[in-house]
Amino acid sequence: MSRYKGNADAVRALVREREVHRDVYIDEEVFQLEMDHLFANTWVYVGHDSQIPNAGDYFGTTIGSQPVLMVRHGDGSVHVLFNRCPHKGVRVTTETCGNTGKFFRCPYHAWSFKLDGSLLAIPLKKGYENTGLEESEAIKGLTPVKHVRNYRGFVFAKLNDVGPDFESFFGDSLSSLDNMIDRSPVGRLEVAGGVLRYLHNCNWKMLVENQTDTCHPMVAHESSAGTAIDVWKNAPEGTKKPMAVEIFAPFMSSYEFFEGMGIRVWPNGHGHTGVSHSIHSDYSVIPGYFEQMSEAYGEEKAKAILDENRHNTVYFPNVMIKGPIQLLRLFKPISANKTLVESWTFRLVDAPDVLLERTLMYNRLINAPTSVVGHDDLEMYERAQEGLHVDANQWVNIQRLYSDDEKPDVTAVTNGTTEWQMRNQFRAWSKFMTMSMGASS
Amino acid sequence: MTRQTPPLTNPPTDQQLIDFVVAEARMIDMQRFQEWLDLFCEDGHYWMPLEWGQTDPRLTCSLMYEDRLLLKIRVERLKGNRTFSQKPKSRCHHVLQTPQVDLRDEAANLYQTWTPMHYIETRFDEQQLFAAWATHTLCVEEGRLKIKLKRVDIVNCDAAFGNIQLFM
Repeated sequence: MSRYKGNADAVRALVREREVHRDVYIDEEVFQLEMDHLFANTWVYVGHDSQIPNAGDYFGTTIGSQPVLMVRHGDGSVHVLFNRCPHKGVRVTTETCGNTGKFFRCPYHAWSFKLDGSLLAIPLKKGYENTGLEESEAIKGLTPVKHVRNYRGFVFAKLNDVGPDFESFFGDSLSSLDNMIDRSPVGRLEVAGGVLRYLHNCNWKMLVENQTDTCHPMVAHESSAGTAIDVWKNAPEGTKKPMAVEIFAPFMSSYEFFEGMGIRVWPNGHGHTGVSHSIHSDYSVIPGYFEQMSEAYGEEKAKAILDENRHNTVYFPNVMIKGPIQLLRLFKPISANKTLVESWTFRLVDAPDVLLERTLMYNRLINAPTSVVGHDDLEMYERAQEGLHVDANQWVNIQRLYSDDEKPDVTAVTNGTTEWQMRNQFRAWSKFMTMSMGASS
Repeated sequence: MTRQTPPLTNPPTDQQLIDFVVAEARMIDMQRFQEWLDLFCEDGHYWMPLEWGQTDPRLTCSLMYEDRLLLKIRVERLKGNRTFSQKPKSRCHHVLQTPQVDLRDEAANLYQTWTPMHYIETRFDEQQLFAAWATHTLCVEEGRLKIKLKRVDIVNCDAAFGNIQLFM
């Protein structure tokens, strides 16, 4: 029985001002509607153009549940195509990434397609003469995703025609991406070091909410970061503080620290923690890096770029970036109770290697399936995914520091332990979920 | 229980290298982690690459690349009172093929073994099976074999895994 499909009012009713219904996390019908609407009406991250530097390079991924290909065209532009042969439906690429040459060739019947997806050739084509092929779906080739935007190397796509254009959707939130990119003396990033993939038996939104949840680190991560501090205490006096301890220790910062660092919310569900400072503020200086930056930007601008230490920026619906770490986490929905987390790392082009070394150490200490911090978090998500089946209370609370005059879709800076950003995400969720459901209310 | 082996007075025999690798796996299975940590040299590392045939632990990401400090943090964490992901605790189980001695360099005090293995980790009702190759780079310190590097290459190292909480 369908409770939510075609019923925008029922979907809206899942999100109240201060709480959300558990069905947003555990109901498969709601999940399917997310795939049909939320992930179609919003700009979803596809990949980085440094993954496909040369003509014919491709990278396969998903937008929501839709398999797509990001491909570099001969003219240098980036196209996103649905990864499905128009003939029998076969995925046309074999590897996750590679180079296809001048055209794609389906491995089943050798239909071939240009890099923009259009049909190039069909073997024994005379068999289609006088069959009305020109009126078929198949003649269109690999269907392109129409709305694609490459923002300074970061490629986003929107599947539906409805929904805001790229600039309106992201607005000022692009300042976080800018800061991450500007940290390279030449203003360019490259995907580097490999991608960590981590399966979570929980709903994808739990991970997104966790990114701006500043009341959990000192509790859930006491086991990992707290132990790191304890072990470090016993190191012989005068030992240089290792990079790993610099990374772990700030997770145990006080509530006051997190309150003071601030949270900024932006329209359409975007927001970030760490407005004035963050757990990334006090890392050791990398020799030679500031000098490189000063030479590139001038000392004042270099200082401004590096003094910005935003913690986690959420790009609604399912991306988080850490500018000071050069890290992007993509929360890929698989089902209501299953999420694939991909943690991507970037090299600051022309910056010292040790920055990439720190980026990679952060990634494996915090985001790997073998990471103790990851274990702390996943334990909580999985317990929540189970606990939400309790019928006695069907609502998840998101009212910390709520106030009656809180407006949707505004830019505001506020206390660093607010749950405003979670509310911001759910207001955006409700908006983009129902945007293409037709006029049922 | 295991027998305490007497200190080596000569370079280790192949059999002694093999026995060491087998005893090390048993130590992990028995969760004698404190003793296990002591098997590592001061500058010893435990490395679990993320990429097939990975050569660089520094500028390519790994699942684990841990020195003694990081390993100690893990071991301490496993017994922590607020380590909720270990309530209940995980258990693990190794099945080793006979280790092969690939390198003996007595002059450099360096030995290397290669050990195909199956590793099982379990918690609650779930049991995960991993197939891997362990490469031990060993040396002798004060009459004892020690680990300079334990490298674990999981056959599907680049697959998406859930939690892996113990040591392979």
